[in-house]
Amino acid sequence: MAECHPVAFRWVMEAKNRGATIIHVDPRFTRTSAVADLHVPIRPGSDIAFLGGLVRHVIENERWFKEYVLHYTNASTLVGERFRDTEDLEGLFSGFDSKSNSYDPETWSYDGVDGVVPAAGHKEVYAEKGAGKESLHGANILERKTDPTLQDPRCVFQILKRHFSRYTPEVVAETCGIPEPLFLEVAETLCRNSGRERTGAFCYAVGWTQHSVGVQYIRTASILQLLLGNIGRPGGGIMALRGHASIQGSTDIPTLFDLLPGYLPMPHSLLPDRGLEQYVKNNRSPSGWWSEMPKYVVSLLKAWFGDAATRENDWGFDLLPRLSGNHSHMTTVSEMADGKVKGYLVVGENPTVGSMHGSLHRKGLRKLDWLVVRDFALTETAEFWRTAPEIARGEVRTEDIQTEVFFFPAAAHTEKDGSFTNTQRCLQWHHRAIEPPGDCRSDLWFVYHLGKRLKRLYADAPGPNAEAIRALTWDYPTKGKDEDPDAEAVLREVNGFTIRDGRPVAGFKELTDDGATACGCWIYSGCYKDGVNQPARRRPQSEQHWVAPEWGWSWPANRRILYNRASADPEGRPWSERKRYVWWDAEKGAWSGYDVPDFIPDRPPSYRPPPGAEGLATLSGDDPFIMQADGKGWLFAPSGLLDGPLPTHYEPEESVLENPLYPQQCNPARMEWHRADNPYHRAFGDPRFPYVVTTYRLTEHHTAGGMSRWLSWLSELQPEMFCEISRELAAEKGLANGRWATITTARGEIECRVLVTERMKPLRVKGRTLHTIGLPYHWSYVGRVRGDPANELIPFVADPNVSIQESKALTANIRAGRHSLGRRSATDGLELRQPEPPRAPPPRDLPGIRTAHRHPPTEPRK
Amino acid sequence: MQRMGFFTDTTLCIGCKACEVACKQWNQLPDDGFHFTGMSYDNTGMLGASTWRHVAFVERAAELPGQGSPRDGVEGGARAFGELFPAGQPGPTSLLGHDIQPTHLETPVALGPTERALGKFSWLMLSDVCKHCERAGCLEACPTGAIVRTEFGSVYVQPDVCNGCGYCVSACPFGVVDRREEDGRAWKCTLCYDRLKGGMVPACAKACPTASIQFGELEDLRARARRCVEQLHARGVAEAHLYGEDAASQPGTEGLHAFFLLCDRPEVYNLPPDPVVPTAKVVRSWRSMAAGVLSLAALAMGAVFSARRA
Repeated sequence: MAECHPVAFRWVMEAKNRGATIIHVDPRFTRTSAVADLHVPIRPGSDIAFLGGLVRHVIENERWFKEYVLHYTNASTLVGERFRDTEDLEGLFSGFDSKSNSYDPETWSYDGVDGVVPAAGHKEVYAEKGAGKESLHGANILERKTDPTLQDPRCVFQILKRHFSRYTPEVVAETCGIPEPLFLEVAETLCRNSGRERTGAFCYAVGWTQHSVGVQYIRTASILQLLLGNIGRPGGGIMALRGHASIQGSTDIPTLFDLLPGYLPMPHSLLPDRGLEQYVKNNRSPSGWWSEMPKYVVSLLKAWFGDAATRENDWGFDLLPRLSGNHSHMTTVSEMADGKVKGYLVVGENPTVGSMHGSLHRKGLRKLDWLVVRDFALTETAEFWRTAPEIARGEVRTEDIQTEVFFFPAAAHTEKDGSFTNTQRCLQWHHRAIEPPGDCRSDLWFVYHLGKRLKRLYADAPGPNAEAIRALTWDYPTKGKDEDPDAEAVLREVNGFTIRDGRPVAGFKELTDDGATACGCWIYSGCYKDGVNQPARRRPQSEQHWVAPEWGWSWPANRRILYNRASADPEGRPWSERKRYVWWDAEKGAWSGYDVPDFIPDRPPSYRPPPGAEGLATLSGDDPFIMQADGKGWLFAPSGLLDGPLPTHYEPEESVLENPLYPQQCNPARMEWHRADNPYHRAFGDPRFPYVVTTYRLTEHHTAGGMSRWLSWLSELQPEMFCEISRELAAEKGLANGRWATITTARGEIECRVLVTERMKPLRVKGRTLHTIGLPYHWSYVGRVRGDPANELIPFVADPNVSIQESKALTANIRAGRHSLGRRSATDGLELRQPEPPRAPPPRDLPGIRTAHRHPPTEPRK
Repeated sequence: MQRMGFFTDTTLCIGCKACEVACKQWNQLPDDGFHFTGMSYDNTGMLGASTWRHVAFVERAAELPGQGSPRDGVEGGARAFGELFPAGQPGPTSLLGHDIQPTHLETPVALGPTERALGKFSWLMLSDVCKHCERAGCLEACPTGAIVRTEFGSVYVQPDVCNGCGYCVSACPFGVVDRREEDGRAWKCTLCYDRLKGGMVPACAKACPTASIQFGELEDLRARARRCVEQLHARGVAEAHLYGEDAASQPGTEGLHAFFLLCDRPEVYNLPPDPVVPTAKVVRSWRSMAAGVLSLAALAMGAVFSARRA
């Protein structure tokens, strides 16, 4: 965190100064470890085993927060009889289909409840199945069976206990390389720091997410924090440290392919003839806060299509584009490389450096008809046709590339108005300090004027696309000679307003499903309350109380801590004076507190839903997790995830170890791309690639370098690509500090400098020594400082839930000296392949599992 | 004359180098070239004509006391940021100091005896800078009067007066002053004289995210620094000590206007253990020379007299 979020880390340092204990879990000893109380080195890719070990420790030693767990989680809920755990099926859950390589989650359901619509995640799994099925979606959620004694073997608590029973300290030691006493010290420190009087927080970044089982890493942390009572309370929580300014904003008002603003699911073309009604039926939860969804959908459609959205045309629902499959990043790029994608718009991103398998990206770019890049500098993505290594080496000729490349210089954040949403969901406005130079324009300017031109272009054109473009409201006022759209006008639309008089609404509770309101993103509703730009508020902390509600604005409803009903006990009293935050005020008959209560304001703790209740009425007075269909924190996720209701340790796609926990080696539902240009190593023990590689960022550079490698003051601080290795690995491979090394995978080979450091230590696992090679990934072939990009080494492989890449754990080889010929599997095909070892490769999957993926490569071998 | 300065607390430094970049940006200093040193994360190397802040990274085969050590019984809340920043410095604000509930002060949870997998290891970081010595060798050595003591108590090289003789370079016991090859003149940290004139704090202190670099009145900083040392001692960091905080502790410079809190011997951070301004020895050397001349004269006289007698 000190490495990549030094400014946020000031608060960690303040917490430390006030007595907090800082534990840092990382394969490397970093700048964070340097100031932490405890550094815990871990084998890359083994965090679920570590966190699972903590879960087991908490359960087995009775350290869980009993009242919190019993009332606020689904611990007591019974799961259906047909559910089978990984304990029963050698590392698989029930419901795996080896034809589609996916799970059918039906058997994970609560006992007697057909299906529960998840608050987040994959609703479409249920949507497709549920089409036309009246009883789906747990209309009877209130009738779910529970065992408050937590003794029933089918209750979530017992399933959880059994599932994690094998994650013992010994197993943690041999999976993660963490010595038992160190593990126990972490476990006890966490336990001692939880309960009524204390809370602990987890902070994570892509070291947890970028794995083929990444989502389940976060799930394990959630389970642990729920067991310890650390969610919805001050000083608790799980913080996702985002990689750029406003990455949080770009998921809220999404740049993701499968979401509409405010985490509304994107409609799917698999149900082409069904309109808004079916969409709502499939995605709305009959219980909990997602029962309000129709108001948010209709208001969004009114914001986008204005007068063209009428009750008669389903508020313009059919004007929305439809998903036709997975359109995530790697899928799109591989289809691009196969010539199936014609155009590509790259805004403020440098995927040939920052994303996996850069040469496969460039191969994709070469097959495009057109490419648009908007950035500060001519990045590698903009320059792929001119100076890429394969062109320098003569393997590809510029004149053979037919892609038309457009480059638009972009304005920096100091040169435009707008908001950042930070990791705590706090929106903060930034004002333009200076005019952008020359032809540089803001992204808002670009999108607005592109829309204007499209509207002109399609003014008389036939077809549904043209109709949608014509219907789009696109009337933002502009400012200045460049006709820059007014960012506050966009914020106003995001906030929402009444159709009748255009008055900004005060929050999402004012939104309706009858077309009377418009709102661009329901969770942001209230950010322009009273016509005031709330994110622009900068009232100093010294002039308000410690929660500082008037600094910026947090979604939803300016709540600073989500699910803060959980900061009070079931009767609505603070768990302790020390951790007082939100409580029930019986005199006023309302929830009160330092923060905006995240609950129905006047619902008393004693409220219980009457039989047959629907919508918000289903939420009991002790249901803090109001977005969930059952109001409870999910220790066990009966729906929403594609790779299991509970986290399970699977090894990365490429590992040095056989899975110490289960016969199933890898995440059975992972996404793979079987292509000649995307070869994989053996599942484990590949003698050609005996070392673990992990990638990361340095404080001195920013991601793929577009904001740092062109700036001398930053470039001089980390001027060259290097690898970090231990003294032991250096001795083993004859690598010398400051000299060169060549690192190889089946995808490519790179050269870099060697930094031998005590901060990298080999781990001892079962008497074996495991070495990790650390690679920062900032450099590439243009810019002021250059070097080989680490991401050229990494294959396309992904987590099934969110299609995120696996870049934090893979295997490679290293040798001393400069031996790279710059070979890449995407240009050289099989030439790069080293002879396969004679013995049969170890299996990635159990026999009979994922047979459908054993098809031949999609491209003919050269 | 005001007496302003820096207190750099190395226990708060996270090595982000924001101070280096903020300094170069404000003062529009050129880069020093792009060289990979292989010395931990330090590719800057040292202070120089165009590097007025330098973060040193020390990989040390010794544990940092306080890391992984029991923190039982240590009063929390003692070193909150609001307190660390002297009044007037618009640095990070603290949750403390206002109507915060006292219940929100953390009493630390004890760590047990630690089994640290890395063994005895720590990574020390220190942001180095011109010390603006109370008795400044560079100022005393400067023959043109280019180096002056400003109204803020800082030592300032006037570039329009400097003739590039370089006497200051050899007169600095810390190796701070450096001549720029292009123009031959001497350059170093100005304590952001221009920013101070405008009522702002120096760029490095402004940019420091963790209050490792604190700017303020020297007397305030000293009191603050001594409190920090006491608190670190209470936490078990017995090695914590101040470097150059006053004349008593560092007679050779008569005290530094930019002093440090260290957790190891100064030479570990590449600081001289007992710096002495060379000009401090001028009187003594003149005396010795006079004595030498006198004794030579006496010898010569003696020789003459004895020769005459013979």
